[in-house]
Amino acid sequence: MRIAVLVKQVPATDSVKIDEKTGTMVREGVEAELNPLDLHAVEAALRIRECRSEGATEITAITMGPPQAKKAAAYAVSMGCDSGVLLSDKRFGGSDTLATSRTLAKALKKLGPFDIILAGERATDGETGQVGPAVAEFLRIPALTYVSSIDELDEGHITVTRSVEGGHEKMKAPIPAMVIPVKEMNIPRLCTLGGKLRAKKTEIPVLNADDLALDEDLTGLKGSATLVVNVTYPQMTREGRKILSSAGTKDAVKAIVDLLEEKNCLEAAR
Amino acid sequence: MNGTNKEVWTLAEVRGKTIHPVSKELLAWGRELADPMRVPLASILVGSGVAPRAEELIAAGADKVYIVDDPSFENFLCDEQVGILEYLTDKYNPSILIASATTRGRTVMPMLSARIGCGLTADCTELSIDPVSGRLIQTRPAIGGNVMADIKTRGRDPQMCTVRPKSKRPLDTDRSRKGELIKVSPPQSLLGSALKFLGFTPETSVGLPIQEAEIIISGGKGMKNAKNFAKLEELARLLGGTVGASRMAVDLGWVPYSAQVGLSGKSVTPRIYMAFGISGAVQHIAGISGAETIIAVNHDPEAPIFRVADLSIQGDAMEILDALIDSLKKEQSERWTLTAD
Ligand SMILES: Cc1cc2nc3c(=O)[nH]c(=O)nc-3n(C[C@H](O)[C@H](O)[C@H](O)COP(=O)(O)OP(=O)(O)OC[C@H]3O[C@@H](n4cnc5c(N)ncnc54)[C@H](O)[C@@H]3O)c2cc1C
Ligand SMILES: Nc1ncnc2c1ncn2[C@@H]1O[C@H](COP(=O)(O)O)[C@@H](O)[C@H]1O
Repeated sequence: MRIAVLVKQVPATDSVKIDEKTGTMVREGVEAELNPLDLHAVEAALRIRECRSEGATEITAITMGPPQAKKAAAYAVSMGCDSGVLLSDKRFGGSDTLATSRTLAKALKKLGPFDIILAGERATDGETGQVGPAVAEFLRIPALTYVSSIDELDEGHITVTRSVEGGHEKMKAPIPAMVIPVKEMNIPRLCTLGGKLRAKKTEIPVLNADDLALDEDLTGLKGSATLVVNVTYPQMTREGRKILSSAGTKDAVKAIVDLLEEKNCLEAAR
Repeated sequence: MNGTNKEVWTLAEVRGKTIHPVSKELLAWGRELADPMRVPLASILVGSGVAPRAEELIAAGADKVYIVDDPSFENFLCDEQVGILEYLTDKYNPSILIASATTRGRTVMPMLSARIGCGLTADCTELSIDPVSGRLIQTRPAIGGNVMADIKTRGRDPQMCTVRPKSKRPLDTDRSRKGELIKVSPPQSLLGSALKFLGFTPETSVGLPIQEAEIIISGGKGMKNAKNFAKLEELARLLGGTVGASRMAVDLGWVPYSAQVGLSGKSVTPRIYMAFGISGAVQHIAGISGAETIIAVNHDPEAPIFRVADLSIQGDAMEILDALIDSLKKEQSERWTLTAD
């Protein structure tokens, strides 16, 4: 069985900047990390491999981004993935989720076939969560989103539990399928020293638009259907009222109740 | 259909044979666009046995409802949904398609975007029409709410986006509104799915899911232990709210992940958000920028949560909670006696 995991390098969340002219994120000089939610996708792949007989499963981590994004694939390898691939090309630059998904799907076709493809629920930089389902659709395979557990997996089918509004639902799909875990699925392992050493020795091949036979008009800024036209920095700070502990619990409670009353939020309590 | 009278569409959400309330919120969004564009507002209703409910969408603001009612759509299966949406958008060529950022909208819309090659903007907090170009301007927060980006879609229509549940109030129900109900029978080849729905287990927790809650009572590491979260639940029950949590509280195993608010949890848009013992890290704040009123209780006067709170209470979370619960209960019983008199 062959598994692909889509992993993305994201700026460490505290230190992101935006170029006000182009509306794109400035990635230079900002610390980078593997998208935290992608760790759950990697962990899910590793656990599938562990449940199967030795050598029966091969996991490839695929990432798309600037040259330094190689680190994201390498990190996935250090966690235990068998190999990593970087898709990198100036022509990929400025891709929106549609262009990104199309590019990733092209790579998956070229490197595949894969039986299971895993992606993160959402990247902490773009925060769209659109890439996983869109990649699935480009490949015309089912997208199993918000998966909280993989219950069964054989050569033909996968059965999962999905965490949806108000509860959990069970779903069975033929494979190949896209599986997108939520955080509650697993606790990602840390990479071991051995893993780091192995990652150092593993070469991460780089593929460009020509390697993927990808038309220039279909990727990058040109292949994107959405454009950032303006960027503003909202003031999150609110002019609030402050009550210090010296005022005592009674006054504090009164202030809360008064505010709830003013906002008509006491109906249920009555 | 020519380019000047292309409709604004909303994707109604169905649960079983009923229409989920977010469908009505979507119509409130849609009206704000359809009116200045002077085009009809239509809702797409796909389900099994849902046709009798279509009038509810008219009463909530739709001018038209396109109804696809077939037993095949009893459960939400993404491949079948994408197929039917492709069919409808090809057939009627709408200008704009708005869906809700629920687990369904967030699954089917990106798939549709890939299927028909249209752009899609996630989690918009504002939608407007550019008076010059007539195109849709989609505003969404990025990077944990530190930035608001205005986004336009180019290329083929529809211009597609999702909006967060509860981010707009539905219009007042008006049963006298007239609208057109259009039954669409899709080709047989679009019915059926490779997926199989095997069952649903409802969650037993108190109240609505946090994304849908009007009142959220959240706790963080400052709640000290899982047992103290019972106080939050009690307050939530009294106020008709739902319990939320910071990542710390979730990671410590005090509350399930479904309650996590923030960057790697859920973004919420309640009327009241109460934070007990939550420091207010940027990743947490990212999830609550859509809250109407924020009340924070923390014993540290410098806690960052106070910078975004409308009411900041410096004090011990447990003490305030006990006193607040007492006070609400007391008031409740007093009212009881008053009305009983
Ligand atoms: C990529 C990434 C994603 C993240 N996503 C999220 C997310 O989605 N949601 C989220 O919440 N966090 C998220 N975090 C974590 C975030 O950075 C913080 O670590 C977390 O929000 C802190 O939780 P807390 O406020 O409960 O705990 P702490 O920061 O430890 O704060 C506890 C607070 O309780 C107060 N306190 C203690 N005792 C009392 C008392 N008796 N009475 C009153 N107050 C008391 C303290 O003064 C303190 O302010 C993320 C982090 C990263 C790196
Ligand atoms: N550039 C990329 N390279 C590899 N995977 C990606 C990339 N962008 C997005 N993904 C995958 O898609 C998921 C959702 O990303 P997003 O739609 O950007 O929120 C991520 O968690 C990754 O698994």
